[in-house]
Amino acid sequence: MNVIEKILSAHCGGAAVRSGQIVTVDLDYVMANDATACLAVDIFNRDLQADRVFDPDKVILVMDHFTPSSSVAAANSHNRMRQFAAEQGLRHVYDGQGVCHQLMMERHVRPGQLIIGADSHTCTYGALGALATGMGSTDVAVAWKEGRIWMKVPEAVRIAVTGQWPAHVGAKDLILRIIGDLTAQGATYKALCFTGPAIAALGMAERMTLANMAIEAGAKFAYIHPDATALAYLRAAGRPGGHVFADDEDACYERSMEYDISGLAPQIASPHSVDNVGDITDFEGIAVNELFLGACTNGRYEDLEVAAGILAGRKIAGSVRLLVTPASRDIYLRAMASGIIGALIESGAMIGWPGCSACFGGTGGIIGRGERLLTTANRNFRGRVGSPEGEIYLASPAVVAASALTGRISDPRRIES
Amino acid sequence: MIQGKAIKFGHNIDTDQIIGARHLSLPAIADMAPLAFEHHGNFTTHFAPGDILVAGENFGCGSSREQAPAVLKQRGAGAIVACSFARIFFRNAVNLGLPLIICSQTDEIGELDCLEIDGGCLHDMTTGRRYTIEPLPPFIAGIVDSGGIIPHLRGKKAQA
Repeated sequence: MNVIEKILSAHCGGAAVRSGQIVTVDLDYVMANDATACLAVDIFNRDLQADRVFDPDKVILVMDHFTPSSSVAAANSHNRMRQFAAEQGLRHVYDGQGVCHQLMMERHVRPGQLIIGADSHTCTYGALGALATGMGSTDVAVAWKEGRIWMKVPEAVRIAVTGQWPAHVGAKDLILRIIGDLTAQGATYKALCFTGPAIAALGMAERMTLANMAIEAGAKFAYIHPDATALAYLRAAGRPGGHVFADDEDACYERSMEYDISGLAPQIASPHSVDNVGDITDFEGIAVNELFLGACTNGRYEDLEVAAGILAGRKIAGSVRLLVTPASRDIYLRAMASGIIGALIESGAMIGWPGCSACFGGTGGIIGRGERLLTTANRNFRGRVGSPEGEIYLASPAVVAASALTGRISDPRRIES
Repeated sequence: MIQGKAIKFGHNIDTDQIIGARHLSLPAIADMAPLAFEHHGNFTTHFAPGDILVAGENFGCGSSREQAPAVLKQRGAGAIVACSFARIFFRNAVNLGLPLIICSQTDEIGELDCLEIDGGCLHDMTTGRRYTIEPLPPFIAGIVDSGGIIPHLRGKKAQA
């Protein structure tokens, strides 16, 4: 078995499983957020007529998409989540503390776990060697009741990455390039397994960026082997343990892709599809109106640090707004303590409260007709962050920071340090 | 048998287009349903209950929001015919009992053509063409035939 099959096997009684097989698996956590939880609560109470969740320690609710409540409807839906959490005695309910996936990575996920979440970017947890995938509210409601769910064992695709990371090029550029090559449906129902020395060289923040966007090629899981870097992250979080799985000798992969990142340029995904990807040189000079640094893709301390490295001591262009949203409260505190938040504010940034912010368009940062948004988020779908007559470009934190200085899409490799 | 006129879409129709993010905090699917495909004039102008959505590759990509297939079901979509579907949307539609049909030649079907789906065949009555449709795996077909995962689970419980 390959590592994906082995983790699934361990969650359905230990018998061997093969890609293509449909299995019923036990779940370690079931997560839902404020874009999806209320529908699941309705289904749990009204349609399933369920009484109790399978384990109040393993059902996790996060308010992040519309928090602090951005409308009366959002406030009402938040209250329904709080009420459900109280009725069920849920032990992990987060309100305004950050994006669900960041909180799951900071506080819950361990290697070898199997997790579903009512959010497509749940695949982020593969950065710690867990299998995690997004499902809808009905599946989540069923899982709340049963503690298990059916799924198809996916085929695995091996992505081997070698080379030295060039300056100002990182995991965001690599994953955009991979999605451009695979296309938006090239990995549908598959597990993307990232491996090789250039992956091993990445810190946890960049591994999360990589795993986060696997869904943008249609993938079900992302997976990165939990090595010393991952285990050190878990120890620092006070959360040792978990189970590290590995391929058997006869492990099969549907196919292998190889990347050498030594010559990779910063990448841009242009409107209105995430696989519409090219080198930054094709887009330099395009004027933008708003820039966003944040989201479960790139709202981590290291991302803020990259941006501050470019922006500290300089001012953003007068023609743009720069919105920076730390992905969690812990990141926010750390970035305040180290002076990053102060440096970003001095440069002209607005700092948002931890949450999905201008990635989702549920709270602030909405763009108007004809405006362009350059963002570190994971989706550039038409109308996702406001007007359907606006345009969304995706890029790395370094590109966003460099572009904030000029008001145009700019190559961070050209910024003088 | 499913009969309706074709409402056409292109490739990579994402869930944000089906139901915008800002509507997801509305209290019920019935409140969101009138806002389905709000920026697609062909849908807002021509769609009537029973009509069939016809699209290219990767229909329903993007977020996990079950509200996307749920609003289409609420509006009375007869079926969705596409070259392929994104994974989470596919699963959500199956769970809701919304018929999904995989057909590789949807580009030959015209806007507002009269369609009929019967068993393994899609018939474009406007052009006279007939298309073979890919059958769903039996496990999935069982859930759709039960009307969704919840009636399916209830049925299994009643049998036990």
